Amino acid sequence: MKHIVIIGNGISGITAARHIRKMSNYRITVISEESEYFFSRTALMYVFMGHMKFEHTQPYENSFWEKNKIDLIHNTVKHVDTKQKMLTLKTGISIWYDDLIIATGSKSNKFGWPGQDLDGVQGLYHKQDLEKLTQNYKSIKRAVLVGGGLIGIELAEMLLSKNIAVTILVREKSFWNGVLPDEESAMINDLIRLHHIDLQLNTELVEVIDDGEGKVKSITTSKKEQIDCQFVGLTVGVSPNIEFLKDSDIEMERGVLVNEFLETNVPNVYSIGDCAQHRTPTGGRKPVEQVWYTGRIMGETVAQTICNNRSQYQPGIWFNSAKFFDVEYQTYGWVWAKPKENEATFFWKSKNEYKSLRLIYDKIGNHILGVNVFGIRLRHEVFDQWIQEKKSIEYVIDNLKTANFDPEFFKHYEAEITQNFQSHFKTLEIA
Amino acid sequence: MKPIYNSLSVVDIQPYKTGFIQKLGLTLSGVGILILFIALFGVSFQNNTLFLAISLGSIFAGTVIYATKTYLSMPAGIKNHGMWYNSLTSKGMLGWLTGVILTGFYIVLYWYPELLGLGLNGAPNTHLIALFNPLSNFFTGKPASQWFVYGSLYTLIIVSLGVKFILKYRHNRYQIIRTLVVIVAQLFLAYLIPNILEGMNTERPYFAMDIKYFWPLNYYFFNDWHLNNMVHGGSLGMVYLVWGIIGFLIVTPVLTYYFGKRWYCSWVCGCGGLAETAGDPFRHLSDKSVKAWKIERYLIHSILLLITLITFVVLYGYFSGSSTFLGLDIYTYFTHPYGFLIGAAFSGVVGVGFYPILGSRVWCRFGCPMAAYMGIIQRFKSRFRITTNGGQCISCGNCSTYCEMGIDVRAYAQKGQNIVRASCVGCGICSAVCPRGVLKLENGKLDGRINNKTFTYKK
Repeated sequence: MKHIVIIGNGISGITAARHIRKMSNYRITVISEESEYFFSRTALMYVFMGHMKFEHTQPYENSFWEKNKIDLIHNTVKHVDTKQKMLTLKTGISIWYDDLIIATGSKSNKFGWPGQDLDGVQGLYHKQDLEKLTQNYKSIKRAVLVGGGLIGIELAEMLLSKNIAVTILVREKSFWNGVLPDEESAMINDLIRLHHIDLQLNTELVEVIDDGEGKVKSITTSKKEQIDCQFVGLTVGVSPNIEFLKDSDIEMERGVLVNEFLETNVPNVYSIGDCAQHRTPTGGRKPVEQVWYTGRIMGETVAQTICNNRSQYQPGIWFNSAKFFDVEYQTYGWVWAKPKENEATFFWKSKNEYKSLRLIYDKIGNHILGVNVFGIRLRHEVFDQWIQEKKSIEYVIDNLKTANFDPEFFKHYEAEITQNFQSHFKTLEIA
Repeated sequence: MKPIYNSLSVVDIQPYKTGFIQKLGLTLSGVGILILFIALFGVSFQNNTLFLAISLGSIFAGTVIYATKTYLSMPAGIKNHGMWYNSLTSKGMLGWLTGVILTGFYIVLYWYPELLGLGLNGAPNTHLIALFNPLSNFFTGKPASQWFVYGSLYTLIIVSLGVKFILKYRHNRYQIIRTLVVIVAQLFLAYLIPNILEGMNTERPYFAMDIKYFWPLNYYFFNDWHLNNMVHGGSLGMVYLVWGIIGFLIVTPVLTYYFGKRWYCSWVCGCGGLAETAGDPFRHLSDKSVKAWKIERYLIHSILLLITLITFVVLYGYFSGSSTFLGLDIYTYFTHPYGFLIGAAFSGVVGVGFYPILGSRVWCRFGCPMAAYMGIIQRFKSRFRITTNGGQCISCGNCSTYCEMGIDVRAYAQKGQNIVRASCVGCGICSAVCPRGVLKLENGKLDGRINNKTFTYKK
């Protein structure tokens, strides 16, 4: 019987294991350095804030794995020998595989700042990061977070829930401005400041200063300011966690290079999830995608291939979501920070609530390309279909109500948006 | 740079600390509760009217003051901070203590009401029950009973903690409207109207006047004494008899078909009303394991079957005039054990007493035959479902954690499946706590209600 070994028990690796099990009787082994059982790392923040216990982040009961004959090994892979099809664990044990799936996810970025390895400096990605923060938060009076992205905003919310003062340093002129257009980004800036966070834009970290005992005492910024703090959160993105493969025959750049079938250069070795780098990304997607659902889709796809139904990775139309404090964000299709040449944009924002809608459409074809929405929930299937079928912007506006996914009785904004849209076009015609 | 959104600038710098006003609110509530305890332990007041008014008034005012300050200090949104750190809400010492006190209260209420001060054999009330005499007098001209005291406190709690709930979920209009209905249903349909009607019909024998209390939740509806009391209860009795039958035979299935069982369980039901308001801080304690689900299915449907059989026996006795069935005494072997074990011990002692240990919906989930009856309709023939939003689920588990019915909502959401479950009471909290906008309670066409589509791998 074929032995499938999966390194990494995150959403990608576990999805692969589950789907292989659904379709076959192959022997399946999942190895993880991080945790005994699969958990949802997106929920770590809720554990810290006391909304959930760690066990609630585990989507399957512990007995699930034995019942489904998926062997779990809580250990670190030190070496991969693709010639002998063999892995060596930290404990010296060797494991032979027939098919190997590399799904080791990411690690937090560090850009070589002086003092970046001091006590009290950390990222937020792994279970161990949460444990470290949980141990240390009581002595934190002020925290400095470096980077304007999604993990940063989550970490800020976590620290605020413990009444810890927070400073955020953002290199760009506005929060997450590399992804969000100016108006949405400005709205997030306001939201951050509403929570009494000291948001410093156009500012970078220069150095983390030691208190003499190996702990962080303060930091200095590119604006020559020194900020006393007991904690520095490095939330400047993540990158593939693949160091252990350095001396293997597996071809890598930023991540493990894979073709559209998620196959590496070595036969019987696949890579999925955060750590995979697509040689030929499709649909405007990035070569390395650190998104929950793409990990899941890659897991399902590779399972097909391994079970003798060689399948291409087809993530479909881009979508994503996040939450900035209490404000939900969803996006379908592509909305770039700066519209591309062929793109026209319609933007609506509520006057006194954190709600906005941006529709991107083709200047010539007039069809919908993407949507950014804050504070309103939209139906995935509906927008996916509209974008696929190239519905006109007028059609989208007229049918916006069918795409609404807010709970019953919620205030509707379609009328206001339609009105706005019509006056927007009158202005355009006059101009 | 000046923030554009000034309207929310009431937010505190350290919103999660208990400040002076919150402490004031807590103290006020504490004083109100203390008066009840003083009465309970035998101190009699010169002026019961005054002290009762102070007690009930300060419990309500204190709760509202505390909740207003607490929740308006934070931006509107889900604020479950510290639920699993707080001793009361995470099965800590305070949780167990509260559970023991509540359980004790129910045991005394059901079986030893004289300990609360009920005057037996015509003796005047004393202690806690005497404290409520003025209010009972006001409605019916009669001294209070333990059930009047219970009903009054029950209503006060639903109203006060209902206001708290609305403040906590003030960003969510489904929750606001639902809770307003819960409050109105309890205050008017279950408390004021029945008490006023009883005051107008004091010479008539007792029958249940809670307008939304249908068989089989009202397990004694068809018992001979209750049927007789309604039949001899004049036109009001007849109205209740007819309404009671229409209620369970027509109203319940029709509304459940259109809206799911939520129209009852989380909108108007008294047990549900308490669970949604007083029970809200304990909703996450429900057991999510597959094992609990198995027990649930056997237990709740057995109880529905049991009460149906007992009701047939009772009706046989009523129409045949016999007090026995197959040689067994109907009271001793049928109605009394059900009333004792299910009606009192399960729904009351375990159902509410164990809130801080087993969560707020133990009775509704494992025991309530009304919920079982509607659950069967909801599962097989109803327009209600919870829809999941394509591929947006990140499996975080907030929905499952905060499901008071112990449904593993995430298991469906991460597969992109609609949630069609007999037990769902449609409280809407899974949708509220979801950080990615994945869940929506909906009524719609029956076609495709139970779906299996996933928004992932494409062939």
